[in-house]
Amino acid sequence: MQLTLWTYEGPPHVGAMRVATSMRGVHYVLHAPQGDTYADLLFTMIERRGERPPVTYTTFQARDLGGDTANLVVSAVREAYTRFQPQALLVGESCTAELIQDQAGALAMGMQLPVPVVPLDLPSYSKKENWGASETFYHLTRAMVGTERRARPVAPSAEGGRRPRANLLGPSALGFRCRDDVREVTALLASVGVDVHVVAPLGATPAALATLTDADFNVLLYPEIAQTTASWLQRVHGMPSVTTVPIGVGATREFLREVGRVAGVAVEQGIEGAESRLPWYSRSVDSTYLTGKRVFIFADGTHALAAARIAREELGFTVVGLGTYAREMAREVREAATALGLEALITDDYLTVEEAITAAAPELVLGTQMERHIAKRLHLPCAVISGPFHVQDVPARHSPQMGWEGANVIFDAWVHPLMMGLEEHLLMMFREDFEFADGAGASHLHAAPKSPEVSAADPASAATPRGAEGAATAALAVAASAAASAAAPVGTDALWSSDGERELKKIPFFVRKKARLNTERFAKERGIATITVDTLYEAKAHYGK
Amino acid sequence: MTGTALPVVEIGCADVPVLKERGQREVFCGLTGIVWLHRKMQDAFFLVVGSRTCAHLIQSAAGVMIFAEPRFATAILGDRDLAGLADCNEELDRVVRQLLGRRPDISTLFLVGSCPSEVIKLDLSRAAQRLSTEYRGRVRILSYSGSGIETTFTQGEDACLRALVPEMPAASTASPALLVAGTLADVVEDQFSRLFQELGIGPVQFFPPRRAAQLPSVGPGTQVLLAQPFLNETARALQARGATLLEAPYPLGVEGTTAWLRAAATAFHVAPERFASAIAGPAQRARSALARYRGDLEGKRVFFFPDSQLEIPLARFLARECGVSLLEVGTPYLDRTLVAAELPLLPRTTLSEGQDVEKQLDRCVAQRPDLTVCGLGLANPLEARGLRTKWSIELVFSPIQGFDQAADLAELFARPMQRAARLRV
Repeated sequence: MQLTLWTYEGPPHVGAMRVATSMRGVHYVLHAPQGDTYADLLFTMIERRGERPPVTYTTFQARDLGGDTANLVVSAVREAYTRFQPQALLVGESCTAELIQDQAGALAMGMQLPVPVVPLDLPSYSKKENWGASETFYHLTRAMVGTERRARPVAPSAEGGRRPRANLLGPSALGFRCRDDVREVTALLASVGVDVHVVAPLGATPAALATLTDADFNVLLYPEIAQTTASWLQRVHGMPSVTTVPIGVGATREFLREVGRVAGVAVEQGIEGAESRLPWYSRSVDSTYLTGKRVFIFADGTHALAAARIAREELGFTVVGLGTYAREMAREVREAATALGLEALITDDYLTVEEAITAAAPELVLGTQMERHIAKRLHLPCAVISGPFHVQDVPARHSPQMGWEGANVIFDAWVHPLMMGLEEHLLMMFREDFEFADGAGASHLHAAPKSPEVSAADPASAATPRGAEGAATAALAVAASAAASAAAPVGTDALWSSDGERELKKIPFFVRKKARLNTERFAKERGIATITVDTLYEAKAHYGK
Repeated sequence: MTGTALPVVEIGCADVPVLKERGQREVFCGLTGIVWLHRKMQDAFFLVVGSRTCAHLIQSAAGVMIFAEPRFATAILGDRDLAGLADCNEELDRVVRQLLGRRPDISTLFLVGSCPSEVIKLDLSRAAQRLSTEYRGRVRILSYSGSGIETTFTQGEDACLRALVPEMPAASTASPALLVAGTLADVVEDQFSRLFQELGIGPVQFFPPRRAAQLPSVGPGTQVLLAQPFLNETARALQARGATLLEAPYPLGVEGTTAWLRAAATAFHVAPERFASAIAGPAQRARSALARYRGDLEGKRVFFFPDSQLEIPLARFLARECGVSLLEVGTPYLDRTLVAAELPLLPRTTLSEGQDVEKQLDRCVAQRPDLTVCGLGLANPLEARGLRTKWSIELVFSPIQGFDQAADLAELFARPMQRAARLRV
C-alpha cells in the first residue's frame, strides 16, 4: 500500500487507451465499473480532442457481481463491434475487473469475430500507464504483423526508384508534443532523403501496422512506448532500429548520423545545413548569465535524459538534480546522473521529489505538471518538459521538442522563465529600492511570486504542515521559522546574528536560499556558533557565486 | 412569474413514463465528491483506499490537478495487499499513521472505500473503529464508500454525510431548529443565514459544516431542509435520529429559492406577510438580473445528459424561468422522494434514468439541441459536431443556489450561446 497524493502515471489500462486513441480503426472494450470513464476526459480536455476515445466500458455494478458480469463483456463486445466496425479489437480489464476474473479477453476471443481480437492482460496492481501503452502497442503490432519472419524489402536504390523508408514508433495520444515531433522528424528525415512509411501508434490503422516490415528500419522516438515493439521487430523480422532520440542539437546531429549508418545515406550536408538557432543564441553574449544556472530535472526517462544533456552541453547550466518516475528507464537515467556526479532520483513519489527539489535549491526546475506545482510552491521558475501535463502544455502553435526547431523551442521555453541578465544585476545592486521588494519577479513575466521569504524556499517552512494554505501557510511558516531559530542553540547548527540575517536579506530571493545553505554549511564545518556579516562573506569567498 | 405563487404546470412530470437505460455510463463515481468535500470541511482529510485508477480519477476530475495542496490522498493497493487481508489491514494502519504524522492539523479522517476495496471485502468500517481507538481524542476516523459499483458521482457526498450523522451531537432541547443539508458555497450559506435571520428562523445549522470537528446537533426538533437533491441516505439517517424532513423544491432560481425558503418558513410558523416582505427585495433583484439572460435562452432547445442528480431542478429552472424547451432530461437515478416537489413543476419532457451513452448520443445528435448539458468526456466531441455544450461539472462547483445566484446560474447556460454568437472563425 502506497500513500499517494498525485500520481505521475495512471493505471496500465489508461496506457492501452492512449494507444487505442492514437490510432484509427481500433476499438477497445474495457471491462470496468462506472467511474472509469473519467479517463475519456484526459483526451477530450487536455488534448482538446474532438472525438471520444474509441473505448466501450462494460459499466458493471455491485448488483452484477456474483451474477453475470461475464455476459456484460460479451454484449459490450458485440455492440461495440457492430457499431464501430473496427479493423481490430482490443479487450481488457481495469483494476476492479481484474479482481473478479471474468477473463474478458478470452471471452472475446471465443466470439469468432471476423477481425483480430487482441486480449490485453495488464496487471493493474503492479504496473503503470507507460508499461500498459508499451504492452498494448506490442501485442497489437504482433497480432497485425504476425510471428512468421517476413522477407526484408529489396534495398532502396536510385535505380529501384525508391528512397529508404522508416517507421516512426512511439508517438501517442497524451505524449508530450508528439503531434509536432512527428512533423519535425518527418522533415528531418526528408532532409537526408529518407521517407516515412508508417507513424505508429499516432494516426496509424491496424492495416498500416501490418505493413510495418515494408520499411527499411524503425526510428524509436519514444522508448517508453516503442522499445518492446522495436526490439521484437528487430529480433523476429530483422528490422534495425535507430535509437538516438533527436531532442537537442547534439542529439539531433547524432540521430542523423545514426540514420546515415542504418539507411546508408549521406547526412553531413543535412547536418551542416541545420536550421537551429540554439547554438548561436547560446553563444551570444546575452546568454552569459545562463552560465552555471542550477537546474533540477525530473521527468519521464526520454525527456529527462535529453534535458540533462541539453542543460549541460547546450545551455551551460549546472544540473543539480536528475531523476525519473519511469522505472523502465532507471538504468539509463542512473548512468546519466553518475556522469554528472549526481545520484539519480528514481521514484514515483511526488513528496520525495518535492523534498529533493527543496534540498537542491535550484534556480530552474524542468519537470512535469507535478514539478510545476512544486516549483510554484517554492517560488522557482519552471518549464514543463514531459508528461503528465496540463492543457496549457498542448499549445496551438507548432511547438516540437525534437529536431532543429525543437531545439529552438526548448531554448525559448527554458530561458523565458528566468530573470534577464541585466535585470538580475540591478536587483543585486540596489536591493533597497522599494520596488525591488522580495518577490519581485522577472519583469517580462506577469505573475510575480508572493512572499518568497515565507515560502518553502526557507528551510524552516519545509517542515510546515501541509494542511494550511494561503495566509495560514504564511502564518505557520513564520511561526515555524521563529521556533526553529529559538531551538537552534540546542543543536550543533550555527545561529544567525541579526546583522547576518539582515545582510542575507540583501541577496535577492532567487539565490538567497543557496547563500543561506552555503553559509550554514560553511559555519558548521568550521564550528562557528554565530553567523555574522563576516561569516556570510567568508562563505561567499569560499564557495564563489 | 409571481415569485410567491407556485403554479404547477398543466402536465408535469410527476407521472411521466421514465426511459430506463442500462449500458455504458459516462458518469463519475462517488469518489469525485471528495473534490469539493475536502475544500468544504477544512479540517477533514479523505484517504481513498483503492487502486492507481482511483488516484488518477480524483486528480483528473479535479480540473486536472489544480490544487497543489490537496487534503485527500490515495492508499494505493499493490499486489501484496491483495494477497492477504491481514497484511492489508496492517498496511492501512501504517499508511494512516504516516499520514496523520504528517498532518497534525487533521481532526477528521475519512477512509473512503473504492471498487477494489469493496471487491476484496476490505472492511473499512472496522478499520475506522480500530484506528479510532488508537487516535481517540485526537482524530475522528470514519469510513464510507465512494465506489463506482455502488455510487454515482454526487452519491459520494450522500455517503460521506451519512457517515457523519451518527457523530452529530444530540440536540439539547426538542425545540425547533433548522438544519440545511448538502454542500453549499460559503457565500451562499452566508446569504441564506441572513435570510433566515430576517425571517426569524433559528437556530440554523449547515451540514456539512466548515469544520468537521464542529458538527451540528440533531434531535426531534430538527427540521431538515435539503439544499441538494442527492442526499437520500443522509436524510433517512437524520430522520432516524428524530429529525423531520421538509419537502421542497431545491433553491435554484427565484421560484425554487422562494419555495425552498417557504418550506422552512411554514415549518417555523412565519407569518405570510413577514415572509413576503423578507424575500421581496432579493427576489425582485434576482428577477431583474435574470431577465438579462432570458433573451439568450428563451425558446432554446436543451438536452441534459445524466451527471450530478441536479438535472431535474436545473431543467425546471431553465424551463420555467428562462423559457427553454426541454428535449430530454437525463438523471443517473430517479429518486422520487427527493424530487417529489420538483417533478410536478417540470414541464412534460422525456425523462431518462441511467444511461446507455451511445444510444443517448444518437438521440441527442438526431435532435440537434441548441445546448447540451453533459460531462467533460462528451463536451468537446459534441462541440466538434457543431453542438453547443455546457459542462455539467461546473454546475456542481459553482455557487448557483439562492436569489443572488439565480442570474449567475442562467449566465452559465447563456455563455455558450453568447460565445457561439460572437465567434466568426
